[in-house]
Amino acid sequence: MSAGLFTPAPSLDLERAPETEIALDLVRRGLPAAPVLVLVGALVAGTDGALSAAFAIALVLGNFLLSATLTAGAARISLGMVMGAVLFGYLARLALITGAVLAVKDMGWVHLPVLGLTLIVAHLGLLFWETRYVSASLAFPTLKPARPTRTTPPPNAQAATRPPSAATKE
Amino acid sequence: MIELLAQAAATGEDTIAASEALSSGFAYGLAAIGPGIGIGYLVGQAVTAMARQPEAAGMVRTTMFLGIAFTEALALIGFVVFILLKFA
Repeated sequence: MSAGLFTPAPSLDLERAPETEIALDLVRRGLPAAPVLVLVGALVAGTDGALSAAFAIALVLGNFLLSATLTAGAARISLGMVMGAVLFGYLARLALITGAVLAVKDMGWVHLPVLGLTLIVAHLGLLFWETRYVSASLAFPTLKPARPTRTTPPPNAQAATRPPSAATKE
Repeated sequence: MIELLAQAAATGEDTIAASEALSSGFAYGLAAIGPGIGIGYLVGQAVTAMARQPEAAGMVRTTMFLGIAFTEALALIGFVVFILLKFA
């Protein structure tokens, strides 16, 4: 069984595209980690460093979301479109990041070394962190399933499940 | 004479500025070529895999997305080198 290059990517629920799910999970993990990076930026370069770090984190998270949106949107059309969207998306996103940084580089609050290092650290750090939670198996193609939470049984659960013969012996 | 020396000094500064611009441009350009080739190869293989085995498309796309993001980090490193060389 095979699909042509111009058929939509198969067996995918449109609302739960794998890229979107991974990107949203990256954002979910990146938002709580952001204050740590902002704090490090503040320690290095004061308020300018904190603002630059925050800007870099916003760029990284926006880049992930845009990449996922482009790929998922192209996969609805055809596999060939995925190829084009990813390659031209790569160029477009690089241009967007370059434009965003060049647009703010002369502003007073920008500390370029902190901004640049935060870009790399946030991007790579989030990706390495995410790999711990990616399943990529046929059963769970995106994220590992959540572990079932252990609930404490009610205090009379044991008595309720005890066979009636045991209760009569007592 | 002094004017000539001043002109020569200005030309030297211009040369240094031009060299900085060239080297930072090359750093970014060369750093973007490698990941571009890598992403093209990666997505090509992923598309082939999805066409051959459609039931594994979700798994392939997950791996492809992470691979693209990891490869893109190389271009980001080149970009950071560029802005640090050029503007910092």
